[in-house]
Amino acid sequence: MKMPAPDEAVLARRDELITALRVIVPGEGVITDDLELSVYESDGLTAYRQRPMAAVLPETVDQVSRILRLCAQIGCKVVPRGAGTSLSGGSLPVVDGIVLGLGKFNKVLEIDYDNRCVVVQPGVTNLGITNAVSAEGFYYAPDPSSQIACSIGGNVAENAGGVHCLKYGLTANNVLGVELVLMNGDVMRLGGKHLDSEGYDLLGILTGSEGLLGVITEVTVRILKSPETARALLIGFPTVESAGECVASVINAGIIPGGMEMMDKYAIEAAEAFCHAGYPLDVEALLIVELDGPEVEVDYLIAEVERMARECGAENVRASTSEEERMTFWAGRKAAFPAVGRLSPDYYCMDGTIPRNKLPIVLRRIAELSEHYGLRVANVFHAGDGNLHPLILYDANNPGELEKTEEFGSEILKLCVEVGGVLTGEHGVGVEKRDLMDTMFDEDDLKHQQRVKCAFDPDGALNPGKVFPVLHRCAELGRVHVHKGQHRFPDIPRF
Amino acid sequence: MPDIIKPTDVDQTREAVAWAFAENKTLEVRGSGSKISLGRTLAEMPVLDLSALSGVTLYEPGELVLTAGAGTPLRDIQKLLSENAQRLAFEPMDMAAVLGGDKGDGTVGGMIACNIAGPRRISAGAARDHILGVKGISGRGESFKSGGRVVKNVTGYDMSKLMTGSYGTLGALTEITLKVLPRPEKAWTLLLLGLDDTAAIKALAQAAGSSHEVSGLAHVPQGRAARSGVSYVRDAGCAVTAIRVEGPGPSVEHRLASLRRELAAFGDMEELHSHNSAGLWQEIRDVSLLTQGTQLWRLSVTPSEGARVVNEIANVIAGVETVYDWAGGLIWLSLPAQDDAGHEIVRASVNNVGGHATLIRADATVRRKVPVFHPQAKPVADLSRRIKEGLDPHGVFNPGRMVDGL
Repeated sequence: MKMPAPDEAVLARRDELITALRVIVPGEGVITDDLELSVYESDGLTAYRQRPMAAVLPETVDQVSRILRLCAQIGCKVVPRGAGTSLSGGSLPVVDGIVLGLGKFNKVLEIDYDNRCVVVQPGVTNLGITNAVSAEGFYYAPDPSSQIACSIGGNVAENAGGVHCLKYGLTANNVLGVELVLMNGDVMRLGGKHLDSEGYDLLGILTGSEGLLGVITEVTVRILKSPETARALLIGFPTVESAGECVASVINAGIIPGGMEMMDKYAIEAAEAFCHAGYPLDVEALLIVELDGPEVEVDYLIAEVERMARECGAENVRASTSEEERMTFWAGRKAAFPAVGRLSPDYYCMDGTIPRNKLPIVLRRIAELSEHYGLRVANVFHAGDGNLHPLILYDANNPGELEKTEEFGSEILKLCVEVGGVLTGEHGVGVEKRDLMDTMFDEDDLKHQQRVKCAFDPDGALNPGKVFPVLHRCAELGRVHVHKGQHRFPDIPRF
Repeated sequence: MPDIIKPTDVDQTREAVAWAFAENKTLEVRGSGSKISLGRTLAEMPVLDLSALSGVTLYEPGELVLTAGAGTPLRDIQKLLSENAQRLAFEPMDMAAVLGGDKGDGTVGGMIACNIAGPRRISAGAARDHILGVKGISGRGESFKSGGRVVKNVTGYDMSKLMTGSYGTLGALTEITLKVLPRPEKAWTLLLLGLDDTAAIKALAQAAGSSHEVSGLAHVPQGRAARSGVSYVRDAGCAVTAIRVEGPGPSVEHRLASLRRELAAFGDMEELHSHNSAGLWQEIRDVSLLTQGTQLWRLSVTPSEGARVVNEIANVIAGVETVYDWAGGLIWLSLPAQDDAGHEIVRASVNNVGGHATLIRADATVRRKVPVFHPQAKPVADLSRRIKEGLDPHGVFNPGRMVDGL
């Protein structure tokens, strides 16, 4: 992975930078010790590591603003970091920059039941929001599988999803407002407790921008009352095709389940061996369908989905009859990653999205690629919204195997794009998929995205080396190439 | 009569914009022109008419996705969806009752440009929550695309959302991909009768905070209710507070019964079933219960503060009429025509509680003078200006439609 070449002039000013940072953040908030810095070298994508010049942990918005202004003046790059759980290297440091950790922004500021929203600092965990309101029967709907650790600021930066987003939307659909600090130190509020923000949808462009536009210092999210009941169906299918057909039948019948997850044979075996959820082992695909709402609705829909599943050839159908049983059904799925991880020294988690009906062909091609590369794959699939997580098993201690795994991963993602899907559904582009962006976008597409980046961060100082294969200079992007007099167009109808 | 340029395909659209860019011309971007009076008044300039970029190019009901040319009439899309028991879940309002013209004339591009939604905004989101991808031409005369045709997608910046609600000032959209959703089997409405605005918003908040997945929360004060075409509402002789529940039959009946129980303290109730329920929500969605011919404001505020905002304004300006949607978070407020549209009073009241106010209907002269969109704090305004300059450096598209000089 190639990162931008470090700026020697900035590296030479490290001491000066650290002194200035210590003026802004007194005490222990500026980390420069080599051993302590090693914590910040990497995130959830552990294959890549880089040591930053320093890590700084501000506690106030004013400190964040001053740090960014200082770095802009010196030309020092800034990598914002929440809980560091990114699976795409979104918070991988740069050598000639600092890590700006938001871990001390960890307070729930306001719970407003009258307006069904919560105001939190960005370092609060995703689950922390639900925990803050669960006593009153409320919850925060997006539930990425890292929810016990990942921070809400990072969720906004990556537009995090989760099992529930099929019915309840992604982070983008559940965030009402943010406070944001730009590289020039400007502090601004976007949105609030009202439902739509005024002017351009800056909140929309910020969500999923992977920390390249600004630093989030406060988030307002909407909360929902927990459904009266939830029940799950555990359905085994003799073929992946029949499972895919069942997913299509459910959606075509107008049913949007609270969650609809699929696992292939290898993932089922791994999960069952790991946590004994009672998964059938004689099936090729397993579907977990969760329905939530009032009991009368859930019972009715459970029966409907069960009927559809049998029509599609399901051999093995179980409906949960207690909360305990429902949790058991999910236990295997939720532990699928570590369960697969147990079978191999290392695994690499992919994150493409495909049109649902392309699943059988995509799984077939992945199996062929698996054979070609000699690397095993387990597939876990958010079936309702087409988000596929193939887990490639490898051993980084075997020379060349990581490179081979990455190549295999790239082939899978290109396949997703080829069938009408996208490179990443919820993990982000980061450094991981940066160099594949041209499979989805042409030069002009990427330049237009970068022109938006220039409006926020004209020097490209915020989280460099991520998302874009080539980050053009804003001066170059801003240039206008005019060919006067060459644009008469007699063929266009005019009135 | 301004020059009208009407490209028939994407290439011609790009050529037209490239010409305007090179020759320093400005263009008024238009679909069917149904919302031409929405926004600040534009100077006379050539019109880029995108209505020929029409037609649904992809519709896969099982994948819940639809792609159409930006000039496709919304009525065509809604008819197609309806035939497949699907719909646009964000319930886009038809602005004909408010702005004049014929019902159903708007295009999908215009709907996106204005980020239109309806009562179901509270549960389903707005147009911006349902757009999956766009193709368009930027002010540089270059094509760009963003997003795709799948719901789960974080590949690159979400330019589709940025385009949504930008009133055609950032790009000329040529193609739009939307998420579509199944139409539920049943939609019923619980009416609470005779509540004042404050009590109504309390009741709506309680329903919003319940587990009954309500999909409409509105309050129609007495005088407005009397104008309804739904007899139960018209003849109620009092204000009606409406709570909509949608879903499979048995579920709707169960949830409505639960709501009746939980809201019993709020007094008299009535139920509207399928046809009547749909009729009332269409009136609320399209703002057809307010006096026409007046100036009309759209206020988006912290929901619990809705009644307070209206009170403050009504204390100073005579003849104010309102309808509340979104549990009090959306206020349609009409007032007798005045030179400044009461903008300072309206906006001061909104600023007190958080939110923004848009002047939806007023004479061209008023819209020239009064900021139609809520003035923004300087850092936000500066950032918006830089985005505009990046994507449309010569200011080709709709100059001044949202903000003077932009």
